[in-house]
Amino acid sequence: MSATILAWSLVLAQMMLAAAMACAAIRLVRGPRAQDRILGLDTLYVNAMLLLLTFGIRTGSTLYFEMALAIALLGFVATVALSKFLMRGEVIE
Amino acid sequence: MTGAADLPAWAALLTALLVLLGAGLALVGSIGLLRLEDFYQRVHAPTLGATLGAGSILIGSMVFFSVLQSRPVLHEILVGVFLTVTTPVTLILLVKATHHRDLDAEQPATKTEAGDDRPAG
Repeated sequence: MSATILAWSLVLAQMMLAAAMACAAIRLVRGPRAQDRILGLDTLYVNAMLLLLTFGIRTGSTLYFEMALAIALLGFVATVALSKFLMRGEVIE
Repeated sequence: MTGAADLPAWAALLTALLVLLGAGLALVGSIGLLRLEDFYQRVHAPTLGATLGAGSILIGSMVFFSVLQSRPVLHEILVGVFLTVTTPVTLILLVKATHHRDLDAEQPATKTEAGDDRPAG
């Protein structure tokens, strides 16, 4: 019984995270200015990491955890690099 | 679902609750990102998912694997610490860059003059 509840709530959580990723992707595509797109990309990264963690709980393997850590690292580096570019790109513009 | 059948009921229910809570918070944060009007308002919304949402999913994962392997599995703390350290850094950088851009957009003439004056002064 409790295993069934866990399985269904994991499916529901994954759907919610997928919807959150869709919201972030819409902001990424639609964002009026560059900083909105960067914020959408950062949110997309965090939501993808959370989705991978729920995949790890669902399959019961800790392999997904390393992927989540790598995605968190890549998201941090990407957002910092893009923010830096935004700060200095103004000079070139 | 491998091995979840021999999980005690309290652990399964606790994991389900924490994962649902975290996913719901991430969803609310992303909807806020989509619907708020201004960039300075929008920058607050996703932090809901990045702090409490990620924290509760990580704690749920910790509970699940610790009970499943009957030993403390704590490496999720790594992701939690990393997120807690990096989220403020990235968002402060992003807001700083945005603020620069907004200032430049408001007063383009004074900004370029100041930029031209800088080598002389």
